[in-house]
Amino acid sequence: MRLTLNKIFLAFSVISALIGLGFLAWILVTLFIKGFSSLHLSLFLNDLVDGGLRNLIVGQLVLALLAALIGIPLGMVAGIYIREYGRGKYPELIRDLSDIMVSAPSIVIGAFVYSFAVAPFGGANGFAGVIALSIMMIPIIINTTDSMLSLVPKELREAGMALGASKYRVILDVVIKAAKVGIMTGILLAFARIAGETAPLLFTSETSNYFSLDLTDSFPSLTVSIYNLANEPEKSSRDLAWAASFILTVMVLVINLFGRYLTRNKK
Amino acid sequence: MEKLFQKISFSSATLVLILLLGIFTTLFISAKPAIAEFGLEFITDKRWNQEVSLPQTKTPAQVATPAQNLEDDDAIADEDDMILDEDDEDDSMTKTVFGGLVPIVGTLLSTLIALVFAMPIAMGIAVFLAEIASKNISKYVGIAIELLAAIPSIIFGMWGLYYFAPIISDTFGGYQVSLLTAGLVLGVMILPFMAAVTRDSMNTTPDVLKESAYALGATKFEVVKDVIFPFSKVGIIGSIILALGRALGETMAVAFLIGAVYSLPETITDPTISIPVAMAVNFGEASGLGESSLFYLGLILFILSFAVISFAKFYFLKRTKV
Amino acid sequence: MPVMNIKKFSFTYAGAEIPSLHNISLPIQKNKITALIGPSGCGKSTLLRSMNRIHDLYPGNKYDGKIELLDLETEKFKNILEIKKENEFIELRQKVGMIFQKPTPFPMSIFDNVAYGLKIAGIKNKTELADRVEASLKGSALWKEVHDRLGKSAMGLSGGQQQRLCIARAVAVKPEVLLFDEPTSALDPISTGAIEELIVELKKDVSIAIVTHNMQQASRISDFTAFMYLGDLIEYDKTENIFLNPKEKKTEDYITGRFG
Repeated sequence: MRLTLNKIFLAFSVISALIGLGFLAWILVTLFIKGFSSLHLSLFLNDLVDGGLRNLIVGQLVLALLAALIGIPLGMVAGIYIREYGRGKYPELIRDLSDIMVSAPSIVIGAFVYSFAVAPFGGANGFAGVIALSIMMIPIIINTTDSMLSLVPKELREAGMALGASKYRVILDVVIKAAKVGIMTGILLAFARIAGETAPLLFTSETSNYFSLDLTDSFPSLTVSIYNLANEPEKSSRDLAWAASFILTVMVLVINLFGRYLTRNKK
Repeated sequence: MEKLFQKISFSSATLVLILLLGIFTTLFISAKPAIAEFGLEFITDKRWNQEVSLPQTKTPAQVATPAQNLEDDDAIADEDDMILDEDDEDDSMTKTVFGGLVPIVGTLLSTLIALVFAMPIAMGIAVFLAEIASKNISKYVGIAIELLAAIPSIIFGMWGLYYFAPIISDTFGGYQVSLLTAGLVLGVMILPFMAAVTRDSMNTTPDVLKESAYALGATKFEVVKDVIFPFSKVGIIGSIILALGRALGETMAVAFLIGAVYSLPETITDPTISIPVAMAVNFGEASGLGESSLFYLGLILFILSFAVISFAKFYFLKRTKV
Repeated sequence: MPVMNIKKFSFTYAGAEIPSLHNISLPIQKNKITALIGPSGCGKSTLLRSMNRIHDLYPGNKYDGKIELLDLETEKFKNILEIKKENEFIELRQKVGMIFQKPTPFPMSIFDNVAYGLKIAGIKNKTELADRVEASLKGSALWKEVHDRLGKSAMGLSGGQQQRLCIARAVAVKPEVLLFDEPTSALDPISTGAIEELIVELKKDVSIAIVTHNMQQASRISDFTAFMYLGDLIEYDKTENIFLNPKEKKTEDYITGRFG
């Protein structure tokens, strides 16, 4: 009886794992079959207005990179404050709030940015999209920086201080270097996550059919365009959406895997 | 220099506080017209974007989404002669009513379905990763599960709509876009997150504790049930609630599947709408009171998920002192 | 009379090239206390953990030779290294119990801790459970301290009490052999004394093997002592012989504190 129960339990657990893997395989295979068959070199050379994806891929990357350019330094410096400088309850509060913000609904962040960066200026613009994505990124970077710094032994800090270096020099030269790999991984995972976001861009940058690097106007976005294309009735649009999904997923997963590979190599 | 760096780092940290307060205040200000107009009854009102006549509001007649009252039934025509189907109505006689009940219910129900579906499988996966698989298998399966979590939500939506939903609707009947299919796809989305966090909690059980249960002749099932679960219970519950908090705010996967119609689902296979989807779909064309009502919904969602997530954090996932 | 016979036993950890234990032969005598001593890393814990095959929780380890356990009913020896099936493992571990370095109370009440092994062994009768829990707690000299709070969490006990609780939990299922893996290394001297007394008391009912790095402890409580060094068994004899009249130079060096 006990042994049967045990067997059932083990079987259930193994089946659960297979279900999980099954979903991953199902989604990836679907993407590969649908996306790969629609994939064409011309997609990378033309813009959406001519049936290609070039402007969208570039646009999505520009949005995510600019967001990272804002989010990474702000997040890291805030993480350093929490771990290295903060005293008393305040850093704890910030840590908890940033924990909560990681899980905050992204559509709400989109609405928030809309009300101060879109509505007053009369229309969607790339800046708003960048701001929305960087707001998503900051708390993730704070959390990684904070937990990676916590792994650096305090002797290292003391040794640095003992050489007569000022605290911020020790932090920037020694502590951050010691935690470098972990923080890099965190940054790449965060980047992969915001690069695939749709909801915060829906009414901030929106999307555009044309190639554009002008952040003051609606800005091409791969994810938002996938959403629009997938809802159109023509098969050609849906095929394009699949090709775009394939490219997006490959991009996101490659960055994600590369991030994991970094830490694995270390140890 | 030292002082400057300290100031910068303090300000960056404070930015988090400012952002959160900013989100809350902005949503509140933008929602204010709707709050002033509909008050708290907004939450229990199932009418969305509906014109009602002002003078003779008896009990509000049967909900009629624009799609439904195209044909128009006699009942409504008899009772409220004043309401014409669409425009050309004398402005002084009607007003447009927005209520949040349908998206609120849709959000809660789709999250509930996701949770019911994902929880047992996530627990199974966590047990597999933490207790059953060898180190190597556990590592690779673990990475695979985390990759599932990394797939952008819009992909889940497309895959769900074109490949998953047809199977579900063939099996359970009903529409391909429905509460059920949306909930299940949402479940697939939160599955890896829930499994990973649960595994991490289970891994905090000291080896020697498990060994001493085995040393008494316990089976794996008994060790998991009697030692590991009780030991990591708090963390596991916390991770489930955290996953719930995330599911509440998920937009894109649900947007493809829930149907986006403002009607209360009568059965689980009916289409309906959730708060994030209402915002995603209607924000573009909304203005005035409609836009403000969407902000009102956003505010409700924000408060709801903030409450759920902080409940999970503070009651269950208190950081062990570092 | 031996209750366990270890014969030409070698053990290699998963992934390791060189065995951690080589060619060990050693009896565990019935109703006696056998101490395993030696410097850290000598393999004494590895040997102990082979005796109920708790190693097998982590796959890939390699056993050679034999470890025989006396079946009290048939009075025949059975090689426990041949065990493959889950139910045989369970049976083995019910016969050969184990106490760990650190106390390991389960996250449940004091009563449920002691009753746990009995419950999974299929005893459901409430009065029988209560009787045997009481008997085990009395046998572990813990009854007086906890009889009025059996329903409280075991986490609230002191370290020494927790360790005695774990002994009671192991004793409750009436094992033939009890393995102690440095049971007092995490405890203060007073608690250590209580545990030592208890172990000596227990040998009436059960045969005991104990790993200790504390030589005084070995000389105080054990009847037989095995000295191990770098994975080899150097010397095995009656405890007084080992301590007063060792045959091997290594043993003498170790017990006189020249290394270790």
